[in-house]
Amino acid sequence: MSRIQSGLLALLLALSLPAAAVDTLIPAQPNAEDPVIEARLINLADDLRCLVCQNESLAGSHAELAEDLRREIREQMKAGKNDQEVVAYLTERYGDFVLYRPPFKPVTWLLWLGPVLFLGIGGGAWYMTLRRRRAVQDLPVDEKKLAAAAQLLEENK
Amino acid sequence: MKRWLPLVLFLILVGFFAKGLFLNPREVPSPFIGRTAPAFTLPLVEDPSKTFSPADLKGQVWVLNVWAPWCVSCRQEHPVLMQVAQSGRVPLVGLNWKDKQREARDLLARTGSPYFAVPEDLDGKVGINYGVTGTPETYLIDQAGIVRMKHIGPISPEVWQDKFDPKLKELGV
Repeated sequence: MSRIQSGLLALLLALSLPAAAVDTLIPAQPNAEDPVIEARLINLADDLRCLVCQNESLAGSHAELAEDLRREIREQMKAGKNDQEVVAYLTERYGDFVLYRPPFKPVTWLLWLGPVLFLGIGGGAWYMTLRRRRAVQDLPVDEKKLAAAAQLLEENK
Repeated sequence: MKRWLPLVLFLILVGFFAKGLFLNPREVPSPFIGRTAPAFTLPLVEDPSKTFSPADLKGQVWVLNVWAPWCVSCRQEHPVLMQVAQSGRVPLVGLNWKDKQREARDLLARTGSPYFAVPEDLDGKVGINYGVTGTPETYLIDQAGIVRMKHIGPISPEVWQDKFDPKLKELGV
């Protein structure tokens, strides 16, 4: 590559960087055409993950991919698909990762039942501790030793 | 034993966090592995009067590379793809994703094209159909048109060596 060519490439790269950055910041455009579909879209997209900014919902994300996916959902809703069908379309392509509420199935059993499990373990430990304490309190008191202890205390006064 | 229990639990927890720390959040497992690659027909960047469709490569192992002229890390993998193209081992199809400025043709003319065909996915719908989250993403598709592997991010020589090469050998290419 000649020096001029590589210089041009460097310039092109420098120019394309800010352009790409701006490109990803297209704000969510409200679609006033059909308020019913828009309400359904926002309701559904609130529970879906944006795959670019992974901690944002599809409804709140300004990433370009999120915009495209919202458009896709909107079109499918207009075509008469119900919410389950739209979600199925997305999970078929992006997997369960796109769902903020993962489905209950063998791989997610620990995820869903984990809190109950840990509550059970904690509750069990608590119960055992209480029982042990009660056992300590219920020890039979040896009258002789008690008298000896009282005497020792008396002596140290 | 009992006094060590909290330490053991703590270390288990640290183990989980350490594992989580080294996971790549972009590496979302693709539900497409083992499933038929979605069909599409798109015009070629080189010549819009011609089209490309996955059915054109039926009976062959091929690689679908989703890229875009505006994508910086795609330039990183470009030399690796050029080498693959030169080896003639497997055809590369470069899905030109959301190239609204229509820059692909000029760019490829300048840098050289590793691609067998460059279908143009202007509105990104085909990419979405393949579960693309960003460029570059690369799919390995077998003779029966089934997706065998997906790689997210640029292909380095190591990635090609460790991920693609064994899979291609397995497929007899």
